[in-house]
Amino acid sequence: MATKQSAAEALQDFEKISPKSLPAFEALVHGHRACQGCGEVLAMRQALKAIGEPLIVASATGCMEIITSPYPHTAWAVPWIHVAFENAAAVASGIEAGRKAMLRKGKLDQKEAGTKVVAIAGDGGTADIGIQALSGAMERGHNMVYICLDNEAYMNTGIQRSSSTPFGANTTTSPPGEVSFGQSTEKKDMAAIMAAHGVPYVATASPFYYVDLMNKARKASLVPGPAYLHIYSPCPTGWRSAPDSAVSLSKLAVETKVFPLYEVIDGQYFISRKVKKPKPVEEYLKLQRRFSHLNPAQIAHIQAEVDRKYERLLYLAGEVPEE
Amino acid sequence: MAQRVGLESSLACSEAVRLADADVIAAYPITPQTHIVEHLSELVADGHLDAEFVPVESEHSAMSACIGSAAAGARTFTATSSQGLALMSEVLYIASGMRMPMVMAVANRALSAPISIWNDHSDVMSVRDCGWIQLFCENGQEVMDLTIAAFKITEDPRVMLPVMVNMDGFTLTHVIEPIFIPTPEEVKAYLPPFKPRFRLDPFKPMTFGAVGVPEVYTEHRLQLQDAILASQPVIEEHLAGFAKAFGRTYQPIETHGLDGAETAIVTMGSIGETALTAVEEMQAAGEKVGQIRIRLWRPFPFDRFLEAASKVKTLVIIDRALSFGGAGGPVATELRAILTNKPGAPKTASFIAGLGGRDVTREDFKEMIRSAPEQLASGRSFDFYGAMEG
Amino acid sequence: MAKKAIEAVCAWQELEPGILILEPGCAAQFKTGDWRTGKIPVTDYEKCVKCGRCYIFCPDLSYEEREDGTYTWLADYCKGCGICAVECPSGAITMKEE
Repeated sequence: MATKQSAAEALQDFEKISPKSLPAFEALVHGHRACQGCGEVLAMRQALKAIGEPLIVASATGCMEIITSPYPHTAWAVPWIHVAFENAAAVASGIEAGRKAMLRKGKLDQKEAGTKVVAIAGDGGTADIGIQALSGAMERGHNMVYICLDNEAYMNTGIQRSSSTPFGANTTTSPPGEVSFGQSTEKKDMAAIMAAHGVPYVATASPFYYVDLMNKARKASLVPGPAYLHIYSPCPTGWRSAPDSAVSLSKLAVETKVFPLYEVIDGQYFISRKVKKPKPVEEYLKLQRRFSHLNPAQIAHIQAEVDRKYERLLYLAGEVPEE
Repeated sequence: MAQRVGLESSLACSEAVRLADADVIAAYPITPQTHIVEHLSELVADGHLDAEFVPVESEHSAMSACIGSAAAGARTFTATSSQGLALMSEVLYIASGMRMPMVMAVANRALSAPISIWNDHSDVMSVRDCGWIQLFCENGQEVMDLTIAAFKITEDPRVMLPVMVNMDGFTLTHVIEPIFIPTPEEVKAYLPPFKPRFRLDPFKPMTFGAVGVPEVYTEHRLQLQDAILASQPVIEEHLAGFAKAFGRTYQPIETHGLDGAETAIVTMGSIGETALTAVEEMQAAGEKVGQIRIRLWRPFPFDRFLEAASKVKTLVIIDRALSFGGAGGPVATELRAILTNKPGAPKTASFIAGLGGRDVTREDFKEMIRSAPEQLASGRSFDFYGAMEG
Repeated sequence: MAKKAIEAVCAWQELEPGILILEPGCAAQFKTGDWRTGKIPVTDYEKCVKCGRCYIFCPDLSYEEREDGTYTWLADYCKGCGICAVECPSGAITMKEE
């Protein structure tokens, strides 16, 4: 019985994308209706650019779906399907299974073999309403890439909290008020959940580090079986930051260790970018009015949690903490 | 040459899917559908059916995966019952709205609460308006035959609407009946490979499921309504084609003994066979009774039904579901709406019977037919039949 | 009284089934540049180091690569977010009143 190639084996001869060799392919066109300065559409653009053709995308309901498909327009240059909010992973499973059967039974031309099936959803469609379909698809081992574009709330419906909303953030369903200070739970660790499913390739990425992001997206598409990408997607509209801040926030999030960059390959952790001189989280928080109500004790809590999680990541990667 | 074997009707459904050479089965088990999907798993595991069996983690994902599969251009099948149908209901509307060809067997089972694994029509009636073509089987042969025909109908480029094949849970699915099983060659001649008009093709990109802005939603609904109405002649064409290929004829509305009848009992699903026996016994005793059996529920064949109904003075309509707080059973409500303002329309009596697996016997049918005049005289809209009263 | 005009994209008979959109990327017909109300990025090509960041950081694909490795700004689509000006490492891009 043939065993499936491991992610590490599949990536043995991986040819890295470099800043001078950026792929020209675009899955999207301009004319989409994203907000000015949207970090999510940028992240999606970069990831799909790297995955390349041939490609089929299944999107969940959310910002990316709405802004790319206002009838009669479509910003998709590739075959694309939207079904509902919580089932991008299930739809992608069906596409993958259908094409697998059709290729095997000679119902599809061989030129279609090697087409990547990519499911895309926001943090809501991934960590909350979409988590069941995602879990099922990953467990069944479909050959697909799942991309979570994380802007840390249900942005499309007007900035309501998700389980990916960070501690203390102001959203319309976790507003700071007389008796509450906002989101009181910690961000759900989707990458860890995916690693626990045994997904052979799991990675986090951030749009400022576009070479790293694109390499991870391409790797994800080359690994046989499921792959999961968690891409940090700043939303100036929802985070109440400056319209030109999405990319710089995506850098600061990594520099403050709020959003560490790493890969989990066949269960082994690899840190992509060790943060040698981390900046204090306050530098990151102060640029977003969704955090402007926090007091020093709450900020200290956020710092402590960021430090603790980063230490844990180092431990998982078998690395020694910085002195 | 078709062989006739004693086969459990669930398995006849699975065999039909095998004969149709489905490409993808994405399904979640639920009593009493389980035998259908279990047998399909065996067929795939033994290489008798070359398909991807996707053991999805819920019915919602089953229907979602089916849309993905159909959009990819694969011949797609699933099956469910009751709570599973209810769970996937959001996606059912999406499947029809997106004009996705696929076939789903529904082993009709009562809806919770209270939880019931037994047969009635509350599940399918809860998604009555979802835009799917809906057929009802009466016996194991129909399960085999209508499942095969369903693929032909759904994949027809003039239709492109998903098809639901209803079969009463336990009372039909779990009974062993003598069934003619066509050969793969015969089925292949009737049902050629699926050639989708539109699919997810990296060499011909299209956008499926765009935002239905107010400037298009109404027109889409008109298009969908037009499509489902226009599917009726195509359905009849393919059932006629089935008769030619396999020698068994199925009509959207079946009738028995209406000539000379004054009263007709109206049934849908497998109780029709028991009702038929009751009608025959009553006819033998000189009573002027006939029967109308509904096979095609959506699109409702208004013309065929009116043709039949015009022959009698009274209809006794049996429903196996109820709209709480509303006008009564869905079938009676529908038929009464159709008959409104039609000159010479028969009177209609309505009974809700056979809920949650309660048996409806020949004597029960006779009783309902005989008590119809009293209901009509009383002015009551409908009655529950067979419930214990204090 | 005049009959009210129906606000619809097209007659229902003209729709593709399920409102399928057959033309990929037709959103390019929609000039999001019209959304701008403030400043636009202006590139001093003397300072441009051809790093490609303006191109790869633009959410609206409003930079096109030229033969010489520099990038043309697309007025038709740019929403004026200013990311390119912030991220340009050589300060070649500045936001100026349109």
